[in-house]
Amino acid sequence: MTDPRTPEDQTQPSELQTPDGQRRILTPGSDLNPRREFLRSAALFTGTVAALGGGLEVLTRRPGAGSAEAQAADPFSRADRPLGPYDTDEKVTPYQQATTYNNFYEFGTDKSDPARLARSLKTRPWTVRIDGEVRKPQTVDIDTLQSWFPLEDRVYRMRCVEGWSMVMPWLGFPLAGLIRRLEPTSKAKYVQFTALLDPKQFPGQRQPVLKWPYVEGLRLDEALHPLSFMAVGLHGRALPGQNGAPLRLVVPWKYGFKNIKSIVRITLTEKQPQTTWALAAPQEYGFYANVNPAVPHPRWSQATERRIGELGRRKTLPFNGYADEVASLYRGMDLRKNF
Amino acid sequence: MGWLVPAVTVGGLLPVAVLILDALSGALGANPIQRATLQTGLLTLVLLILSLACTPLRLLTGWTWPARIRKTLGLLAFGYAALHFLIYLFDHGFDLALMTEDVLKRPFITAGFTALLLLVPLALTSTPRAVKRLGFQRWTRLHQLSYVAVSLGALHYYWGVKQDHTPPLIYAAVIATLFLIRFLKRRPARPGRQAGSRPAKP
Repeated sequence: MTDPRTPEDQTQPSELQTPDGQRRILTPGSDLNPRREFLRSAALFTGTVAALGGGLEVLTRRPGAGSAEAQAADPFSRADRPLGPYDTDEKVTPYQQATTYNNFYEFGTDKSDPARLARSLKTRPWTVRIDGEVRKPQTVDIDTLQSWFPLEDRVYRMRCVEGWSMVMPWLGFPLAGLIRRLEPTSKAKYVQFTALLDPKQFPGQRQPVLKWPYVEGLRLDEALHPLSFMAVGLHGRALPGQNGAPLRLVVPWKYGFKNIKSIVRITLTEKQPQTTWALAAPQEYGFYANVNPAVPHPRWSQATERRIGELGRRKTLPFNGYADEVASLYRGMDLRKNF
Repeated sequence: MGWLVPAVTVGGLLPVAVLILDALSGALGANPIQRATLQTGLLTLVLLILSLACTPLRLLTGWTWPARIRKTLGLLAFGYAALHFLIYLFDHGFDLALMTEDVLKRPFITAGFTALLLLVPLALTSTPRAVKRLGFQRWTRLHQLSYVAVSLGALHYYWGVKQDHTPPLIYAAVIATLFLIRFLKRRPARPGRQAGSRPAKP
């Protein structure tokens, strides 16, 4: 028999050689062998490391979508085509990043949720209801609507209100063409867009995080501006669900949340629409939401932004760099009040 | 039980290794700095909560081992808070003027920064020598700042979230529960006991 030890003895190796009969307490199940004692401690050590480390990972780690997936070469290549009058020549955000880092609360509030869950969105058949102050109210199939216009590429900067930005090669048609085709009445002052409401396809809509369906709007003159665009594709291919398939709005001089996705209804109205984010937090998100480095968000500065793919920050430009084109739309307005 | 503190230390540092591996392999996604900021922030809060759970756990169960890892968990929390702050500074190009403006003008940042400042004296006085020098009573009172720090941390998280407030509210509820256990378990036992006495061993 070797060295029966009480737990207290373990830290005093000198006692190993001097068995003290009177202090022996033989607890059942205690290991009598120092080697087994060591193994037991090692197992407990490893178990605790794994439990604590694993637990912390489960609670805090949110990997940013599978990086191995969709590492294919970007289908859109600017070398194939000349720059259009509204295109930026800045480096285009790779398809993989543009389609895995998305705010689309209909799928969930985490940026990796949309790419993960977008498969549930069925974009065909898809109809768009057009109504309100128009002479030709109608419900039109998305493929028909798309066939009304020649599709064109537009390489636009996109600036999210959260302080990051991308360069997106959209495929689609100018919004002005669509509006003119609908023949607005003289009462039409605003355009209201409504996204699909369907909690079966949009799991995020099961939570009342925002007031569903998502609604956005533009003033009629903003909507008629040549920069305002309806996108049906990205990087030369069909728009992925997470990017707002099959039809989304793109207004590049405004924060990203104005660019409503998965549109099912376009209504011309006399009154300014009540838009989703302006309803959710009126002190933080206004109807206009023009990119403006001089007006901070209440919780962070808007002076700088991170272009996705870069580590540093760059200065944010007024109207996201489109001031020459659109500043005149807001002449005489106080953009601190009308933020 | 000699394995306990080293195991907690290694386990608590494991997320740093994973974070570095994730950053190198591109698994942090399109905006790695934001992802790292969020993760270190959450790790700070979780570890602070774990360190604050030690005493209630001891009070409820009579176990003594939670008291032995409390300091380690607290120091790990401080380490993650410092890392979180460093990443924030890196994100803003180490522009101290910008940081000062953020701290002064934005309650969201003010809360987080104050929580970090409150943790500094706690980390500095985490040695047995500091306990001796301050006296146990005063040391205990000083370390009650951790209650303020964890609350500010939760508020910082709540204010930082754009819309879905469920996760920060869950953290707040856990913190509130821990406070409640301390309050309920300590109050009646106080008279007749020495300050800081431990429950008798079974």
